[in-house]
This record gives sequence, structure tokens and C-alpha cells, in this order.
Amino acid sequence: MSSGDRIASTFERLRKEGRAGLVTFVTAGDPDPGTSQQLMERLPAAGADIIELGMPFSDPMADGPAIQAANLRALASGASLIGTLDMVRRFRQNNSDTPVILMGYFNPIYQYGPSRFVTDAVAAGVDGLIMVDLPPEEDEELCDPARTGGLHWVRLVTPTSNEGRLKQVLQNTSGFIYYVSIAGITGTRSAAASSIGEALTEVRKHTQLPIAVGFGINTAEQVRETGEVADGAVVGSAIIREIENNLDESGRAKPELLDQVTGLVSTLSGGLRS
Amino acid sequence: MALTTRNSEPLESYRSGPDEHGRFGLFGGRFVAETLMPLILDLETAYSEAQESPEFQRDFDYYAAHYTGRPSPLYFAKSLTESLGGAKIYFKRDELNHTGSHKINNTLGQILLAKRMGKSRIIAETGAGQHGVATATVCALFDLPCVVYMGATDIERQAPNVFRMKLLGAEIVPVTSGTGTLKDAMNDALRDWVANVADTFYIIGTVAGPHPYPAMVRDFQSIIGRETKEQMFAAEGRLPDTLVACIGGGSNAMGLFHPFLDDPVQIVGVEAGGYGLETDKHAASLTGGRPGVLHGNRTYLLQNEDGQIDDAHSISAGLDYPGIGPEHAWLHDHGRVDYVSVTDSEALEAFKLCCRAEGIIPALEPAHALAHVAKIAPTMDKEQIIVMNLCGRGDKDIFTVADALGVEI
Ligand SMILES: Cc1ncc(COP(=O)(O)O)c(C=O)c1O
Repeated sequence: MSSGDRIASTFERLRKEGRAGLVTFVTAGDPDPGTSQQLMERLPAAGADIIELGMPFSDPMADGPAIQAANLRALASGASLIGTLDMVRRFRQNNSDTPVILMGYFNPIYQYGPSRFVTDAVAAGVDGLIMVDLPPEEDEELCDPARTGGLHWVRLVTPTSNEGRLKQVLQNTSGFIYYVSIAGITGTRSAAASSIGEALTEVRKHTQLPIAVGFGINTAEQVRETGEVADGAVVGSAIIREIENNLDESGRAKPELLDQVTGLVSTLSGGLRS
Repeated sequence: MALTTRNSEPLESYRSGPDEHGRFGLFGGRFVAETLMPLILDLETAYSEAQESPEFQRDFDYYAAHYTGRPSPLYFAKSLTESLGGAKIYFKRDELNHTGSHKINNTLGQILLAKRMGKSRIIAETGAGQHGVATATVCALFDLPCVVYMGATDIERQAPNVFRMKLLGAEIVPVTSGTGTLKDAMNDALRDWVANVADTFYIIGTVAGPHPYPAMVRDFQSIIGRETKEQMFAAEGRLPDTLVACIGGGSNAMGLFHPFLDDPVQIVGVEAGGYGLETDKHAASLTGGRPGVLHGNRTYLLQNEDGQIDDAHSISAGLDYPGIGPEHAWLHDHGRVDYVSVTDSEALEAFKLCCRAEGIIPALEPAHALAHVAKIAPTMDKEQIIVMNLCGRGDKDIFTVADALGVEI
């Protein structure tokens, strides 16, 4: 990738700083478009090194209750794939460094049209994609056009990936690896840092790419522990739950939502900066 | 949007799919999370081995005969034929199977495979509860713990089946996400599977899901069509003119259709038209949807412009699904099978007709097929023959029907 590669330069910077990065996940448009935009814009200053932005989908099969609810809140307030790309475009007006990775399920992109999507995503300032329901077997659907078009393809490696599978999974992966620490859905269990460390040693035998670890990381302490064995720690459901905690009875954002959520992100990132 | 079909050569047979990628042309595939991929590949291998195993075939045939009660009769519905005044109507009586529907053909096959693979826990999704009951039944038979995901809405309208499953020892997990129907139950079953990969076998109830499920479930259900062919030759000495079956995900229909796909037989699948295709309350994914990706496969889906999945509606819980098996999507695009739809009220009329004319209380699902039969039979010659898959009995539906007829029971 070119020198304009935000993901590579972010991990380069982190290496110089001698720490792992905080990767934050929020769902685009949750709980409403305005709040979500402002939240995204404040994430880097709060300590997010990389932003994963969820593309809302009606049937998020790999997500637990917290992120399911976030998807439904976003859709109820009018979110769409066009809206998600818009959000990134606006974010880029004031931020040209923080990598933005879109994460989600294939159907909305399939309806939008994969090649048109790649063009529009690159133009909006998206750096990479994480697609939950596109394994290597389906690479020609989006992975191939995305990589040709200039997007990173960040793949999930899981505890069920044996050695043969690992090679296949790593083949078309770029940017970084997302190691899913548990077999399961988002926001439920967490894995012990020691077992993650062992698994990552195995993965590193096969790749030079940075590795971020996610699923079940909720606290600054867990972020710190993860940062000792990985290049990045991904936090999603805990942030989403903080959004949920700051909604009024009718589901609208309370005035303190942004401060509360960015406060949590600062605390989480503190786990990597001490 | 249109991606090229992988198989663009002219067709020698409509029975050759799927290809090695699990595709029926554009449809099918393996759109699942990486965590599940190794399991799905294992399943594919285990299923291919089972297909070659005489022992597996022997077990399947044994339980089909002695437990399910196969072959199911091919019954000439004389009184219905006379009252409609056209083609001869035969019912393939899969409602006489143990547990009351065709679903057991598939659950027997899959549980035998689960045993072969050494799995120790079974999960399933269910809509009408027929697949849940059929799964709970074989789990009781083979002494495996069983967890059934069922939408909260469906739990309410299919109370008898919920109780049946409990009697059989299954744990029922109510699903409240979405509209609390079949699609949501399938989401939660997939979430369970991804979290319990080591010991759990997911028995999918229809010809949908990631490869190899659509082909595997079709194969287990094809016993319906193979028997029908033999029985039809015995009764009439020839092929039928028309086959009709209802379609939720499409398993009873694929089971009847598949052995006839290369024969000169007209084939019709009947989707649930709910309040009518002109409303947004129906479950006709082929006639009212477009290609998309959900639950591990590409197929026709009810969805909005943005690719968000719409809720389906049908009076019949077993047809209340916004998708359809990928092989049907492919047969539709090739024009080999005609797909039509029937509304809630047409299905209710057919339900009543079947009770009165034949003394058979059908499930609301095949009542949809019957409503279409009632439309076409009078337009056909008396020498022509229709076979309809009477794939379930209606005991489970009497509350829904009473409610729709404004009767209190
Ligand atoms: C009696 C009966 N028929 C049909 C169906 C629909 O499923 P399929 O289209 O897979 O046969 C069901 C599903 O629950 C059912 O119970």
C-alpha cells in the first residue's frame, strides 16, 4: 500500500510509542445520526487509535444483545449504508490520520453493489473492511474488488482456525489481523490473556501483520492485559452499553451521553498508556 | 449488482447442483462467520462419507420404515377430485408420518449424521414447531440434549407444539428479537452454534443455510418424491402431469420435486401470499423479493432498498420466513419450476374444503398448496393428474383457524 496508508502509519506510530492501540467499535447512526457523528469525531481525542464503524444490519447474526440493540436503534433512527459512508466523509473533513474500518454483514453492500461501494468507500475515506459473513471461500464477492480498489481486508481469525485454515484465512488479509478471542458472539464471554498469548504466538508464525484482539474486552484492565500480548485491543459492546446507559426512557440520547462515552474510552485507553 | 452465475454452461440436468462451491448458479454458497467455517467443512466431509456408507443408508431406511412409518401413502382424493371437477388429485400423505409432518425425514437423517460425527448436543430453530417437534423427537430417541429456538410470536400461536417439545424433553428458548418469528429463531440458533462449536450439531429444518445444508436436507426429503414416482407408476402407470407443494424454506417442496426435475412434469411451488402481494404483509420471497444474502446463503429475500431484511407475514407460522432455499431460487431463474402465491384467506378456504371433502384436517402450510390445486384442477382435463404434497396435519393449527374464523374453543 502507498504511504497514504493510515493503518500502517498508525501501527508504526504505536510501535514508536511502545504501546498497543485501542480499537473502538461503535455502530453508525446509534442512537441517532447526529449523536453518532459527534461521537465518532470525538473518539480519537478520547484515545481511540483506530475506529471500527459498524454498518447497521437487521440481522446481525454474530452479535450479542448489546450490538443487536445498537443495530436496531440505528435503523430505527434512519441509518443506512449511504448514511454510514456520509458519516465517514464528514469525519474525514477534520481527521486525516485515524484509520476507519467498516465492519458488518454483506447484504447491504450486495444491494448497494460491491464495485460501486468500493469506489464510494474509498472516496469517503474508509481504510478497510471487516466482513463477518464473507469467509475466504467467498472472496470474489467483495474481498477481491475491495483489495483491487484500495481497501484493506481485515480478516477474523478465530480459535477454530486450525493451521491449514489459518494459512487460507491469512492469504488475502491486509492491514491487520483481528483475532477473535472466543468462539462465540460479541459481548458475552472473555478469554484469559494467557490463552490469547499462546494463540497469537501460533498466528505470528504465519504472518508479519499486526494483530488486534477483540470479543469480550470490557475494562481498562483487560485492555492493558491484551495490550501486553497483542498490537491492539478492540472494545465494542462495553462502549455500546455505555451509550445504552445514557438513553432516556424514550430511547433518546441524554445530554451527557457524549461525555460519558468518551470518558469511558479515555479510561480504556489509559490501560495502554500507563 | 448482478454477479455472474458461476455455471453458465447449458444444462443437461436440473438435478446436478450444487457445484463444489455449494452454489446453484448464483445462489447458495457459504456466507458464514469464520468461526463456523471449519465446522461447515467438516459437516460437508462427514455428509459425503455418510452418503457412501451402506450402514448409514441402512439406518436411515430402517428408521424411515419402522419409526416414521414410511412409505407414506399416495392417496387418490376422489371426493375432492369430483367436487373440483377436473384433473385427478392425489395427496402424498406425509402428514401421516410420526410427528405429523415431513420434517422428521430430515431430522432423522441429520441426527444419524450427528451421531456419526460424535456430537453430543443438538440445536434447532423452529417456526410452526413441526421441525422443533421432529428434532425433539429424534433427540429423545437417540438420547441427546436438545435446545430449540422459537420466536416468541410463534410460541404463542403454536402452543400445542411447544408443549409437545417440552414433553419430549427439549429446552425451548423464546426469541424476542425482530418480530419473534422463524428468521429471528434462526439468528439465535446460529449465535448458539458459534458459541458451542466443539460439541453441538445444528439441525436446520429446511433447504436453506450454508452449504451443505440445502443439498443435504433436500436429499433426506427426496424420499418423498422417490416414493411418489414409484407409487404413481403403480397406480396409474405413468408420471403425473403436475406437482404442487407449499414453500416456507422449501424442504417439502424440494423433497417432492427433486426426483422429477428432469421429467416432463409441470412443477409448481406455492408461497404464502399473506394479506396479498400488493401489501407488505406476505412471505412470498420469490414473487415479491430479490436476491440477497442471509443465513449463510444467497437467495431471494424480502428486503428494503438498503438490504435490511423485511419481516414476513403468513397465517401459517411454517411459511413465515423472508427467504427461500437457494435451489428454488435457481429453479425459479431457470424457469423450471413455477412459483405462485396464495393468500391467508384462500388457504383458510382450502383448509375447510379439505376437512369437509376428504375428512383430513391439513396443516395451514399444505392448505396453501391445496388452494392452488383448487384453482388449477378445474381448468385441467379429467385424464390429467396432480400430486400435491400433504406435508403436515392440522392439529397444531386449530387454534389459529378458530381465531381466524372468529370461533372460541
Ligand atoms: C407442515 C409444514 N409444511 C411446510 C412447512 C414449511 O417448510 P418447508 O417449506 O421447508 O417444507 C412447515 C414448516 O414448519 C410445516 O410444518
